[in-house]
Amino acid sequence: MNEASQPTPSAASLIEVRNLVKHFPVRAGILQRVSGWVQAVDDVSFSIRRGETLGLVGESGCGKTTVGRTMLRLIEPTSGTVSFNGTDVFGLRGAELKGMRRNMQIIFQDPYSSLDPRMPIGESVAEGLKIHRIGAARERQATVIDMLRKVGLEEYHSRRYPHEFSGGQRQRIGIARALALRPQFIVADEPVSALDVSIQSQVLNILKDLQQEFHLTYLFIAHNMSVVEHISDRVAVMYLGKVAELTERSELFSNPLHPYTQALMSAIPMPDPHVRKQRILLPGDVPSPLNPPSGCRFHPRCPVAMDHCAVQEPAFQEVSPGHWAACWRVA
Amino acid sequence: MQSAWVDAGDKTPLLEVEDLKTYFFTDDGVVKAVDGVDFFVRRGEVFGLVGESGCGKSVSAFSILRLIDPPGQIVGGTIKFDGHSILDLPENEMIDLRGSRISMIFQQPQSSLNPVFTVGDQIAEVLQIHQKMSKRQAWDRAVEILHTVGIPDADSRARAYPHELSGGQAQRVMIAMGLVLNPQLLIADEPTTALDVTIQAQILDLIRELRNRWNTSVILITHDLGVIAEMAERVAVMYAGRIVEQTDVRTLFDQPLHPYTQGLIASIPILGKVLERLEVIPGSVPNLIDLPAGCRFAPRCVARTRHALGICTEIEPDLIRVDARHAVRCWLYQDHGNHRAPLSAH
Repeated sequence: MNEASQPTPSAASLIEVRNLVKHFPVRAGILQRVSGWVQAVDDVSFSIRRGETLGLVGESGCGKTTVGRTMLRLIEPTSGTVSFNGTDVFGLRGAELKGMRRNMQIIFQDPYSSLDPRMPIGESVAEGLKIHRIGAARERQATVIDMLRKVGLEEYHSRRYPHEFSGGQRQRIGIARALALRPQFIVADEPVSALDVSIQSQVLNILKDLQQEFHLTYLFIAHNMSVVEHISDRVAVMYLGKVAELTERSELFSNPLHPYTQALMSAIPMPDPHVRKQRILLPGDVPSPLNPPSGCRFHPRCPVAMDHCAVQEPAFQEVSPGHWAACWRVA
Repeated sequence: MQSAWVDAGDKTPLLEVEDLKTYFFTDDGVVKAVDGVDFFVRRGEVFGLVGESGCGKSVSAFSILRLIDPPGQIVGGTIKFDGHSILDLPENEMIDLRGSRISMIFQQPQSSLNPVFTVGDQIAEVLQIHQKMSKRQAWDRAVEILHTVGIPDADSRARAYPHELSGGQAQRVMIAMGLVLNPQLLIADEPTTALDVTIQAQILDLIRELRNRWNTSVILITHDLGVIAEMAERVAVMYAGRIVEQTDVRTLFDQPLHPYTQGLIASIPILGKVLERLEVIPGSVPNLIDLPAGCRFAPRCVARTRHALGICTEIEPDLIRVDARHAVRCWLYQDHGNHRAPLSAH
């Protein structure tokens, strides 16, 4: 691993992720012995500036959700560091860790399973406030109403149960819940993927408005590149546990360097029947993270792979100012 | 009420659906999932059926195959396939029809495949039942079609169980099963929604290639306008159990007439075109048990308020042709009584 090839931290960085690794054990047999490791996240580094939205995009199995959850310690990492405002998140314990959780919140993908079905939603939204003993009951209630209004819901909604709401509304409730603690950083894990198209735009607009109003920093995880392009300032593309490319949004979409990014973008069907574009069709399926290919993990499917690609993993390097890629073709 | 559609072309339609109504009689009330739907599909054509959840597109497809179970029931309309009425066929003839002349592939391939049989056996079974092939012959043909749909190592993969396949491979198996009897019509219900985008591209390419090879008609059901733009030749947009607009794909995107279609197109983020804010269709889909009077889209329709139209909340507009190839269900383009259409479709 090349020490020099790290995006250098700047004073404006709120989050620094360095060499993050998460391997999940696979257990088999009667004795449940570890028979292999799912290399879900394998040496991922990036930073997120205060007030910025970093988009994290990739297909299933690339590790993007694991990155988000490990950063918040919803899953414990295998190795690496994550710092929030200079504080090492992985070194925290007990009351300190709990305190940190106020600053870093999450919005989940599935609006149907992320709200407790037995609690009126007002209580779900207030739960974080209770846990952190913020304010007396009346103040908490006022915060809950305030948050619900911010996401376009009404006071009377607070007494209803999750099943009484649509997917889009539940997602708004999830946003209200994440916001109630006034965090600085929110991991939005596929927040619109489960929603109908016309509801997606409502929720995306709300997320953007709230970011402005509350000076939030987002890690926006998604597999839909069009959505990611719309909401992000910078974008990281992941493949099989690694970051393939990372740069400013406009740079990525006008000048994608990594062959995987190019294939991903060309695969997206455009809602314009006059554009019949030349597709880069990748052969085969995404390999299993249990047994990733040697060298560059993308090489078996890469349309421009060279012999060397199967042998050695390319370093993640700054190929042009602010534009990082891990590819022997552009190194 | 004038008929919404008269075939102006010289090819007789393979499928004609007229005034289809499928209702679900639930404890909470009658859900009018499909409430008077008309469309036709030509031979060799890819027909897109687009809409969001609850619009009735899947129920329409299941109705064509008469796969509606209680509390659902087809309560009205006609469906003609290759000139013959389907709705009054006896069940044994319907069973013959399914798979051999009309077949269907679904969104979640792994839940549509039988988990306890190998994929080869499942395809072979279709052949043994419909074409009375021997086991050996059927197996060979199954391997052959797995190869045709791009499964590498078809011979050994045929012995795999569905859970051993990736999503993309399972969908290819579904397509193989759907096409092995060379049906005239393939109904693809959100065939790529559950797949990664690079796999989606492969599957769409495969469907297109097979359609070209065998001149199969395809009804492509999806909520993804990008997939529609890429694959479909003609498109019907559905909302709350009705078709609200129907035309060829280029016209749909160049000149969408219905405010719902316009809103849908304007609300999707498009790669390469970054806007500060996305257009929003306010509100949400109506409860199909308790539909508003008048136009079902009226509560969410910005055009209605802009043109101060009262008729929208009183009477439901019909689906009418505005020219030979374009039909729309909207008071913006139709006169009625004292109401004068504020807009022209041209």
